Amino acid sequence: MNWSWILPPSFSTVSGDIDGIYYVILWITGITFFITEALLFYFIFKYRHKEGRKATYDHGSTKMEIAWTMVPLVIVLWIGVVSKGVWDTVKVDVPAAGLEVIVTGKQFEWNVTYPGPDGALGTSDDFETLNELHAPEDQPIVITLRSEDVIHSFFLPEMRIKQDAVPGQDITVWFEAIQPGDYTIGCAELCGIGHTTMGGTLTIYTAADFQAWSSSQAQQQQP
Amino acid sequence: MSTIEQEMVHAAEGGHHDHHELPFIRKYIFSTDHKMIAKQFMFVSLFFLVIGGLLATMMRWQLGYPGEPMPGGMLLPDAMMAPTPNGAIMLPEFYNSLVTMHGTIMIFFAIMPLLVGLFGNLLIPLQIGAEDMAFPRLNMISFWLAVPAGILMLSSFAVEGGAAGAGWTSYAPLSVSGEWTGVYLGQQLWLASLTILGFSSLVGAVNYITTVINMRAPGMTWFRMPLATWALFVTAILILLAIPILAGALIMLLFDQTIGTGFFRPEVGGEPLLWQHLFWFFGHPEVYILILPAMGIVSEVISNRARKPIFGYHSMVLAIIGIGFLGWIVWGHHMFMSGMNPLLGTSFMISTMAIAVPSAIKTFNWLATIWKGDLHLDSPMLYALAFVSMFIIGGLSGIFMASTPVDIYIHDTYFIVAHIHYVLFGGSLFAIFAGITFWFPKMFGRMMNETLNKVHFGLTIVLYNLVFWPMHNLGLQGMMRRIYDFTQYEYLAPLQPMNQFISISVFLLVAAQSVYAFNFFWSIFRGEKASNNPWDSNTLEWTVPSPPPHGNFPEMPVVYRGPYEYSSPESDTDFYPQTKPPPSKPPVQELIPEPVTPTPEGF
Repeated sequence: MNWSWILPPSFSTVSGDIDGIYYVILWITGITFFITEALLFYFIFKYRHKEGRKATYDHGSTKMEIAWTMVPLVIVLWIGVVSKGVWDTVKVDVPAAGLEVIVTGKQFEWNVTYPGPDGALGTSDDFETLNELHAPEDQPIVITLRSEDVIHSFFLPEMRIKQDAVPGQDITVWFEAIQPGDYTIGCAELCGIGHTTMGGTLTIYTAADFQAWSSSQAQQQQP
Repeated sequence: MSTIEQEMVHAAEGGHHDHHELPFIRKYIFSTDHKMIAKQFMFVSLFFLVIGGLLATMMRWQLGYPGEPMPGGMLLPDAMMAPTPNGAIMLPEFYNSLVTMHGTIMIFFAIMPLLVGLFGNLLIPLQIGAEDMAFPRLNMISFWLAVPAGILMLSSFAVEGGAAGAGWTSYAPLSVSGEWTGVYLGQQLWLASLTILGFSSLVGAVNYITTVINMRAPGMTWFRMPLATWALFVTAILILLAIPILAGALIMLLFDQTIGTGFFRPEVGGEPLLWQHLFWFFGHPEVYILILPAMGIVSEVISNRARKPIFGYHSMVLAIIGIGFLGWIVWGHHMFMSGMNPLLGTSFMISTMAIAVPSAIKTFNWLATIWKGDLHLDSPMLYALAFVSMFIIGGLSGIFMASTPVDIYIHDTYFIVAHIHYVLFGGSLFAIFAGITFWFPKMFGRMMNETLNKVHFGLTIVLYNLVFWPMHNLGLQGMMRRIYDFTQYEYLAPLQPMNQFISISVFLLVAAQSVYAFNFFWSIFRGEKASNNPWDSNTLEWTVPSPPPHGNFPEMPVVYRGPYEYSSPESDTDFYPQTKPPPSKPPVQELIPEPVTPTPEGF
């Protein structure tokens, strides 16, 4: 059993920053946790009822109230400011695409459409894969995420990417993988009876290998 | 003179309305007495708490032993379980119904009516010195709307297609059509049931607000009100404002399902995210509806059992109001991954982070209350201290989700399942145990058995943490929530031992609750007889007999001070009831019968 609070390894350009903020929060909350729980247990032990003990008659202290209002406020706002930068990188500022694909969720599969040799989507040389996303490393993969029926959630745990696919909306998702290999595609939003089976594989290639895979697929799928 | 005032005068004159003559049905079934209605809410919601727990047990069987025959599964119909020669295996559609109904029943039919229906009804009139609620008949209606809602909700298990299976959040368009879930009538019963329950809550909220504003006894100023009543008052305002939003959304969804409207159906131009906005605009205040009364209850118990004034009473009140207010501007944090404009994510993150501040204020004030106290560690206090300890964990884990980039990874994983249970079980439910144990003598005139309660407390606090702590770890490994068979994912398959460990802990945790159930019923009939004020408390409910008669107060109480004057140097005992006249200003009627002998020093 894995009782660890360490995150599993991650493989995208932004995942280091996401994990970094996680660890910052883990330190802050972890220290707060130990201090407050220790105080609680210490007080419970020290001030437990004994013959002759009398509680102090004390209504509070404005100074202390101000202290424990301001200190948490400053800390959480700082976490907010740090988080904003990474959030904007992942979700707001989409870089120029190295590869553009369309991912369409439907009960209970992920369809991926690739641009084909002409490099443009929506042309006759587009080709598709089912429950597989193939992509090159070290290039921003820009995905147009769609759904045909209900809400699904496109989850790449190793890339630290998650985005709901909403019917009627085109949502842009991007990531850049840093290492070739096979990774997981999951669905993180309850989407019906077969929700549990809506998984797939993300395969990351070196640029040259991806080129080879892409051309062979394009040829195979030509009518 | 208004009707309320007339009734108050009547009560003050010791009027008892000949209520002892009430026939059985008016006294126990269609009662208008707030204390009886409180008990009715308690019995019904404890029943639902058991149902909700059993649903969780079945869910955990599937997660601990995916695809293995469930013991006793042959007793369930084929629509839920697939029979095999070795036993019955749970079907995914039934798993989805379990996920949905466990959440729905626990939130709407167990925790909310226990906190609001039980403690709101029991405590508000007694703590402010009123003879009953402002609108006793509305109060009765509130309970009798909740009953058919509960029956409708449970009956949905028996209809074709089974109970609702789109999650307690019922996201559209999954919830719009049986085409997507296989559930048709069950989903409509879910909507109808919650709409009716919404009316029940609304009626109750109007009643609580009116009662607190209008019916406080002389001297019961706003800042002499016990924190439980303060919390229930702010909760009632949240209910009054939030429930209409839910009701509107539910009716829109019902129309989408039944008469072909398209509010949430994209194929006819509807907007699925509109459902989420409406649902969470209700749903986040709802989360605070489920925690504020718990905070109030815990404040009462901690101050009383520490024999010490609550630390920072005014900041505690302000924190309750602050949480109530902030609850309206954070709903978007449920929707960071929803496809909502990501720029909005940042503003919702900041407002959500701000919630940490009033939560921290409350926690530090509880800690400071027990500091230099005289702690009586009996069972209500143990449950209340467990609340503080567990709420710290639930509060801190919330900061992870509030941070938008971290939420990308942990959203919709078991991390959030751990978080919500640390707040709702470790928080609200422990407070409910504290509250029921603390006010049990007032409700039934008898004490609960202390030894059995301590056994229950020990088992529950340990097993509870064995269940929910490792769920953080599952979430960090990327295990999604609401998933029927996580072993389908290669990277999650190694998590099976931990899931099995959690499941076994759940079975034991549920079994341990029988100790409390036994103690509860045994003590109603056989518990040690309780005095009027077994906890040496200051607040008004402890000045009247246990249980209080219809009309509560034989004469109108007069309040001289705040509710937490424990260990005051002005009093010769370590408590100082709110109604005890101060020595410097004895009220006239007490002076008359006693002959005044002038001392040599004179007055």
